[in-house]
Amino acid sequence: MIEVDVEKGRGAFELAVRFALDAPIVGLFGHSGAGKTSVVDAIAGILTPDRGRIVVDGVPLYDSARGVDVTIDRRRVGYVFQDPLLFPHLDVEANLLYGLRRRALVERIVEPSRVIELLGLRPMLRRRPMTLSGGERQRVAIGRALLAQPRILLMDEPLSALDLARKNEVLDYIERLHRELRIPIVYVSHSIAEIARLADAAALLDRGRCVAAGATGEVLGRPEVTRGVDRYEDGAVIETRVIAHDTADSLTRLAFAGGELLVPRIAAPAGAAVRTRIRARDVALSTARPEGTSVLNIIAGEVTAIDRRDGAMVDVRLGCGGAALVARITRRSLGELGIRPGQRLYALVKAVSFDDAAIGRQ
Amino acid sequence: MPTADELAIVGLSLRVAVVSVACSLPFAVAIAWVLARRSFPGKTLVDAAVHLPLVLPPVVVGYALLVLFGRHGPLGRVLADWFGIVLAFRWTGAALAAAIMGFPLMVRAIRLSFESVDRRLEVAARTLGGSRLSVFMSISLPLALRGVATGAMLSFARGLGEFGATITFVSNIPGETQTLPLAIYTYTQVPGAEPQALHLSLLAVALSLAALVGSEWLARIARHRRDDDRG
Repeated sequence: MIEVDVEKGRGAFELAVRFALDAPIVGLFGHSGAGKTSVVDAIAGILTPDRGRIVVDGVPLYDSARGVDVTIDRRRVGYVFQDPLLFPHLDVEANLLYGLRRRALVERIVEPSRVIELLGLRPMLRRRPMTLSGGERQRVAIGRALLAQPRILLMDEPLSALDLARKNEVLDYIERLHRELRIPIVYVSHSIAEIARLADAAALLDRGRCVAAGATGEVLGRPEVTRGVDRYEDGAVIETRVIAHDTADSLTRLAFAGGELLVPRIAAPAGAAVRTRIRARDVALSTARPEGTSVLNIIAGEVTAIDRRDGAMVDVRLGCGGAALVARITRRSLGELGIRPGQRLYALVKAVSFDDAAIGRQ
Repeated sequence: MPTADELAIVGLSLRVAVVSVACSLPFAVAIAWVLARRSFPGKTLVDAAVHLPLVLPPVVVGYALLVLFGRHGPLGRVLADWFGIVLAFRWTGAALAAAIMGFPLMVRAIRLSFESVDRRLEVAARTLGGSRLSVFMSISLPLALRGVATGAMLSFARGLGEFGATITFVSNIPGETQTLPLAIYTYTQVPGAEPQALHLSLLAVALSLAALVGSEWLARIARHRRDDDRG
């Protein structure tokens, strides 16, 4: 459980963020300049708010009303920065143990050997940070933060400096350490893909305010998200479950509240919960069930809202038996099909539009 | 070969320079860190005060030391009465003069290297549980070591050559305060003593070169420690 209620006026930029979320991985989402880093800095004690309260798992770290302000080194907040910020004069092992050596014995719960195995750091213990790749450095930074025995792990866009292959490598490690160590994580990102894949609950920040907080699917489905942030990546996030794999065609069948989805085969076993993202630009609409089409996923739904956007595009929101989908179509198609709220439509989603970045494993 | 007298002069000079560096280094590190990392009212004033010996005529610094630390000066009397330390006309006074004159060089070099340490590394260390002091000792200072070595060497070299402030403050007493530059000066004032002056000058050149080589060597070790196996 993490409760944040902070206010800080900094010249032109004013921060007034308030949310309380209880989830293993909390996503902090918003575009750059929204105040995400300020919020995690306040949680870590690097930035002192003018007023407010920060409580992590029942432990007050900051409370202006009661004069509580725990110093940075006593907060036990693990912080993984955008840059790894490894200590250049120490080898990997000394970097990893830096925090551990500064904690009392009673606070030591996370074992070095466990973290070293989990993050695959064993072969590089004697090396200097200079000689590591970007992904390796970020893994060491995560391990170092974990070994400082944090109550909570803050990750501020830990993947932003990495290329796609490294991103996936580190994402896999983050998912794994979260499953194994059960340390709550606050994950900051402006990437819908990362938030959808990792976060169970999310807070959406915009211009220094928290505009929405709640379950990830709900928050990412909000119109504020669709408006501009990441115009090719936004869409709906739905919770699904693996029904079966089709080995012959290498497909996986997923069940969700609105029916079934066929996606390229994924590694999760039958019965596993899988969070899936359907980008708005990957969804086409049809007024009648189409015949003779290559599109594998045809989902019936009802129009709940039409969001006008600038330029050629509109977003049509569909309710599909409890799940929400978003389709991005042209203004012209909207007019030609005469789409209006309440109308029954078919959403068409190509199976190939689901890629690794769109399907989270849990 | 240098004579016993010459060796004694070199030994005294080295003692003065080493003691001046050793005693002023902790203060220089502290002030350099404060100037590099803190902002406070009057910071410009402190900065100016540290740099003063660099711009004042050394004789003026020596005179100020004489007024303050002389047997009847306000600080000199306190030191003598309470601690039994007398600086005026002693080699320790020469060390103080050398320390004051070398201080700005030392602080500048150390401050620059503190400023080049990424502040975010210090913040990261704080989030890992390091107290301010522990972060300073384990992160800031080791990463600034090269600048500390450079600053110490500069001040050492400056101390070996110190003349004006020394002769004004502690005079030119053979065996007590007559360091290498003072001895050379004395010989040049004596008719027919040019060979001795030349001899001592050559020794001074050798010492300075050794200091230069030493500082390069220290800097290389510091660089080596920082990025050992780069590439």
